[in-house]
Amino acid sequence: MPEKLLQLSDIGKRFGANRVLESVSFDLYAGEVHVLAGENGAGKTTLIRILAGIHPEHEGTIELGGRTVRFRNPIEASRHGISVIHQELSLVESMSVADNICLGREPARAGGLLLDRRAQLERAGELCARLGLSFTREDLGRRAEQFPLSVKNRIEIAKALAGDARIIVMDEPTSALNHEEVERLFALIDHLKARGCGIVYITHKMEEIYRVADRITVLRDGRRVGTAAAADCPPPTLIRWMIGRDLAEQFAPRAGPAATGVRAPRLVVSRFTVPSPGPGRPPAVRDLSVAVRAGEIVGFAGLQGAGCSELFNGLFGAYGAVCGGRVEIDGEPVRPESPGASIRRGLAFLTGDRKNTGLVLGMSVERNVSLSSLPRVSPGGVLSPGLERSLAEHYVGALGIRLESVDQETGALSGGNQQKVALAKWLATRPRVLLLEEPTRGVDVGAKHEIYGLLRGLAAEGLAILLISTEMPELLGLCDRVVALHRGRVMGVFDRSEATPERVLAAAMGADVPQGN
Amino acid sequence: MRTLRRWIERPEGRALFALLFILVIGCVFNAHDAFFRWGTHRDMLRQVSVYGILACGMTLVIVTGGIDLSVGSVLGLCAVVFAQLSLRRGLPAPVAVPAVLAVGAAAGLASGAAVARYRIQPFIATLAMMVFARGLAKWLSGGEKVSRAVQQPDGSFSYVDLPGAFERLDAKVWGGNVAVVTLVFLGCVALSWVVLTRLRYGRYLYATGGNEEAARLSGVPVRRAKLLAYGMSGVFGAVAGICQAAQEQQGDPEAGVSYELTAIAIAVIGGNSLAGGRGGIGLTLLGAMTIGYLEKILSINAVAESSRLMLTGAIILAAVLLQRRRIE
Repeated sequence: MPEKLLQLSDIGKRFGANRVLESVSFDLYAGEVHVLAGENGAGKTTLIRILAGIHPEHEGTIELGGRTVRFRNPIEASRHGISVIHQELSLVESMSVADNICLGREPARAGGLLLDRRAQLERAGELCARLGLSFTREDLGRRAEQFPLSVKNRIEIAKALAGDARIIVMDEPTSALNHEEVERLFALIDHLKARGCGIVYITHKMEEIYRVADRITVLRDGRRVGTAAAADCPPPTLIRWMIGRDLAEQFAPRAGPAATGVRAPRLVVSRFTVPSPGPGRPPAVRDLSVAVRAGEIVGFAGLQGAGCSELFNGLFGAYGAVCGGRVEIDGEPVRPESPGASIRRGLAFLTGDRKNTGLVLGMSVERNVSLSSLPRVSPGGVLSPGLERSLAEHYVGALGIRLESVDQETGALSGGNQQKVALAKWLATRPRVLLLEEPTRGVDVGAKHEIYGLLRGLAAEGLAILLISTEMPELLGLCDRVVALHRGRVMGVFDRSEATPERVLAAAMGADVPQGN
Repeated sequence: MRTLRRWIERPEGRALFALLFILVIGCVFNAHDAFFRWGTHRDMLRQVSVYGILACGMTLVIVTGGIDLSVGSVLGLCAVVFAQLSLRRGLPAPVAVPAVLAVGAAAGLASGAAVARYRIQPFIATLAMMVFARGLAKWLSGGEKVSRAVQQPDGSFSYVDLPGAFERLDAKVWGGNVAVVTLVFLGCVALSWVVLTRLRYGRYLYATGGNEEAARLSGVPVRRAKLLAYGMSGVFGAVAGICQAAQEQQGDPEAGVSYELTAIAIAVIGGNSLAGGRGGIGLTLLGAMTIGYLEKILSINAVAESSRLMLTGAIILAAVLLQRRRIE
């Protein structure tokens, strides 16, 4: 029997009148991955925050290795060997990798007055080597901002482990990683297990759960529904536990444009080129041609750096008028120059990063929904509160956004509802072409299902939808065609019938595949 | 009780609470019953008006997430230009006033262009304008106050008549109960309120301050929104400069030094966040009255200037602590 690291008993928490956790118990053994699953708002994050010492006021007890503890703040929790890798990265971008890794535990000289830089470099290097991260000494001295997101993610993990943590909490660690980086993370997890660490793992991705989990605990509405070994908890059981009902087949068969008669091309892109992101680098997108008919959903698959995101930003004019090639909407040539101009021509672009580029989280739901359609609700430049309210309420109703009032601050909503607000903003512009980047990132299973239904409905109404997703089931289940990009070039186009995960992935990884169309 | 609590949780409620607190202090420390005379309140409003006008422009800029350090210098520059045009050249007010407003707008738009077009940090861009405008004011005036006294070639002084505009702006109306500059201040508040809450561009200001990149990708003309904010701040600086010249009966190139700090204090005491994206002109109005009463109470109780400054500093900090959005 392995050593029991952690026992949470009867944990409860309320915020004002709102009870978010009710008598939840949870345990963790050395050398296991215990997945904590549940929809957004089920109480996972609150439970983790209690464990991390962020919410010192709570009901119930925390036992570490048999001793009851109570954390007054995150520093105490971290001193007890609990380490949390949060959903959002918390690196100081302008400091070096080694500085970040040793942040808060800097080796010191002269009685704590002076920073011992050499010792710090050595300690960081040793730690990275132990974790299988291949950083050279120069890399360790470079600023964190110079590395891509995936490397930053691993720096974050190294930082979390610098304090010799035994209990490691990972809150959606893969949300910004591509396939190959996810594999590397899993290898790292195996390594940590072998060293006797226990890992609490939170994710929304089904494949990932079965990939890493030894045991699974499901929360729903602040209560524990059940705990089981992963082998004893097949997906149907898991989904029933999570949503309290059987989820209908996630991707019901659909009538594509073929069934309703072939429609005219809505968006035609020929030889589209997006310039390189920096000097001495190849263009982000090269000579890309694609045509999307009304009612069609076309998916784009690509690993990090493939140019998918750059393609959408370029088409939308987010980079300004710097892209080459021809773009036509409904036969009319358009030149991408600015987001405002693109919106007027019927383009909409749901960005992949809600928090930084999608929504103004401090503004109300109503103001976010109307943000891209302000000219329509402010005739003569003067806002009409009535027009704005009815616009917002219409789309909030149409998308089934759950909230108390449209005056609510958007940042206070759950991830799924925030995503629907972002979608509502774009639908309010009455677009003809919808560009969607990771439309279900950080969204729970139930809301995902609803978003899929909405996208189907929009396509049926005649929108042309282009979609980037790193989730293979989403690409293959939702799209009529999948375009695989590799280093800014099209490596393969697959019809629904011929797209398999293996073929799409092989093309995205740069393998030569005969092109169908 | 619950209604009260809900009020206190709103920034307006907290700003009002701070003002009421100051008023209670005024009723308690009430030397010679001065606090119960209307004249005291009228004078407070008159004295805070010029700062309040600057704070209106400051609020528009703060909402976009910026700051405008140049308003005090723009005030000085515009006071000099107004005095030269109106006092020395004898131009009638309908000509002189628009010309001065144009000078203020140009200064504001220049800062705005530096911030919006060339992406210079607002602190730096407006710091540069603060220094430049002060220098321009001194150059135009030759470093002298532009007053009624004109030195003749023989060394003697002659005095020009004070233009009507000066007298009208420095007058009191409604039976001497309200100063004209106070009405000008309230007019600026009303104009800012319309811009921020009723116009599409007001919404653009909030979206820009709330999340500039999200706003840009949502089709918000972020650059033009910033230009508008700084441009209007410049115009309000000109309005304040005209009022200041009228009150002093001269254009002083040194006028308005450090006024930008008072304007920022007013906006912040009212509860506007320097992070941008939130706040409103109502908060600024409450902040102006809080600062105005604070000064007034300290002066009617004959508190020495040294203690006054220390107290004001402490109270600014206390007010901001009180108004901090409660984090969870």
